[in-house]
Amino acid sequence: MEFSLWYLGLAAAFGLFMAWGIGANDVANAMATSVGARALTLKQAIFVAAIFEFCGAFLAGGQVTATIRKGIIDASEIVDRPEYLVYGMLASLLAAAIWLLVASRRGWPVSTTHSIIGAIIGFAVVGIGMDSVHWGKVGQIAVSWVVSPMLSGVIAFSIFMSVQKLILNTDQPFENARKYVPVYIFLVGFIMALVTLLKGLTHVGLDIDGPKTYAIAAGVGLVTMSIGILGIRRVSIIPGENAEFRFRSVEKIFGVLMIFTACGMAFAHGSNDVANAVGPVAAVVSIVSTGALGQQSPLSTWVLLLGAIGIVLGLATFGWRVIRTVGRQITELTPSRGFAAELAAATTVVLASGTGIPISTTHTLVGGVLGVGLARGIGALNLRVVAKIMMSWVITLPAGGILAVVFFFILRGIFS
Amino acid sequence: MPGGYLSGIFGASPIRPLQKHMAQVIECVNELIPFIEAVLRHDTEARARHHKAIIDREHAADTLKKELRLHLPTSLFMPVDRRDVLEVLTMQDRVAGGVRSVTGVMVGRDMQIPEPMKQQYRELVKCCVDACMTAYSAICELDELVETGFGSKEVELVNDILDELDSLEQETDEQQVEIRHTLFKMESDLPPVDVMFLYRTIDKTGEIADRAQRVGSRLQLMLAK
Repeated sequence: MEFSLWYLGLAAAFGLFMAWGIGANDVANAMATSVGARALTLKQAIFVAAIFEFCGAFLAGGQVTATIRKGIIDASEIVDRPEYLVYGMLASLLAAAIWLLVASRRGWPVSTTHSIIGAIIGFAVVGIGMDSVHWGKVGQIAVSWVVSPMLSGVIAFSIFMSVQKLILNTDQPFENARKYVPVYIFLVGFIMALVTLLKGLTHVGLDIDGPKTYAIAAGVGLVTMSIGILGIRRVSIIPGENAEFRFRSVEKIFGVLMIFTACGMAFAHGSNDVANAVGPVAAVVSIVSTGALGQQSPLSTWVLLLGAIGIVLGLATFGWRVIRTVGRQITELTPSRGFAAELAAATTVVLASGTGIPISTTHTLVGGVLGVGLARGIGALNLRVVAKIMMSWVITLPAGGILAVVFFFILRGIFS
Repeated sequence: MPGGYLSGIFGASPIRPLQKHMAQVIECVNELIPFIEAVLRHDTEARARHHKAIIDREHAADTLKKELRLHLPTSLFMPVDRRDVLEVLTMQDRVAGGVRSVTGVMVGRDMQIPEPMKQQYRELVKCCVDACMTAYSAICELDELVETGFGSKEVELVNDILDELDSLEQETDEQQVEIRHTLFKMESDLPPVDVMFLYRTIDKTGEIADRAQRVGSRLQLMLAK
């Protein structure tokens, strides 16, 4: 194939750019809740985010990557011109990355997932034709954008209700927190491990199935729980706290729990959002390496690695500042609420990652926060901002699409 | 500011400002006893000093009230009803207003309390202040109420405080009856206009406890959501 090295180089560069953008901006929303709730310091948050984003992206990011790479576009019409798909994927990456950069500079609430999907659909419709889009799959993704925040909200509501019942609304909240918080920690480890084992690890050569998966996931859960118990043991009742606010010691125990949910959140974010950057790269790589639209080629591990590194780079160069800013603003969210929202969001996101559906981490987290709010758990929520965040994809889809079309024609003009 | 839109969904909680306002009202109430003592001693210098403090603090509470009202846009989703928050706020503010109005009359008319009434009046004032304090301690529980998501245990605890507030208010009613009786027995020996204003002062003083109790009953409505 002509220009193959060029294609590969550009794909890697744009993919890295996009991953950098995700790390610089998107991670903040996943991590800032923990910093805001004072469960983690800024340094710890960056550390946790770097490790678990990387793990999530690398271990569990394959499924969504496959969807973005080949689930949205039906390329059968351009079998004789595979380079069109290359231009399109490059254009989509560039479009989404630039749109993200512009939008986040302006403080507009956009979703990385929505930008890249909009971009891919945009170039496919204009560059190839209306029929080239798997509208069924796209419809499914669009539905998931409505369902995922709702599901996350329902989970968060139930979790917080259980916290009220088991811990906060009892005679001895501190003792009960010590007793029940490890169970939640177990859940975090169990769910993350389970989804990773069920859907993620095939590309790293591990293929486990059947009841073994559940056993291993339970094992991981137990290990996480023991670490958690060690952490909880070190929390003691703050003397004389009855004067102003009686739940400060209890919140400290939830703070330990929130360290684990923060890890889970970073993991989930990595598993779902890395695909936004590496999905198109993977598509380009497979076309270039097979010289045709061979959609059967397996996902190269180095592509996921590229995305994971990009995210960590973004986090290290720019993301920490965003986390600091956002973390300072979220003070209403105490650990007992933050963990419920985060655990709900992380669970929803890894479940979606397991089934290969690209959803928006931010929207899911917002759904989780609303769920806690509905359980009368949060002082005040600004519904206008919530509506703005939820509506943002209406502009993000066409914006990503139009930019992608423009870049598509530019790239086609340059290379042919 | 990039990426920070998640923080935007957390509105300013009305709970802390509400508590801050009540704390300011209590500062005003705290001046009442020294003020009344000055009146009883007929120490005009101390009386003027405490009166000024009361006016200043009532004013500060008023400013806080206006601020809080501005911070409650209709798009806020809160665990308590927006209207209830504003009602509690208004009731809290009226407590300070009550204190100011009692002291205003006393200063304006250079009022002196007749000797036989003094002890009883002192007790009435103390009981009114206690009622305000009890209302304040109920407002202080709002933190915990939100923390437990308005759990039944915490609601029960607040209801106990409010019961105590009710019985304090009842006590002030009884005290008022006694003072009026004392005043009635000697009213023929006093200038009629003074007597009129003494009756009015007793009424107004009792009203402070009344208003404190109304803070409590609005709070109860808030919990019953």
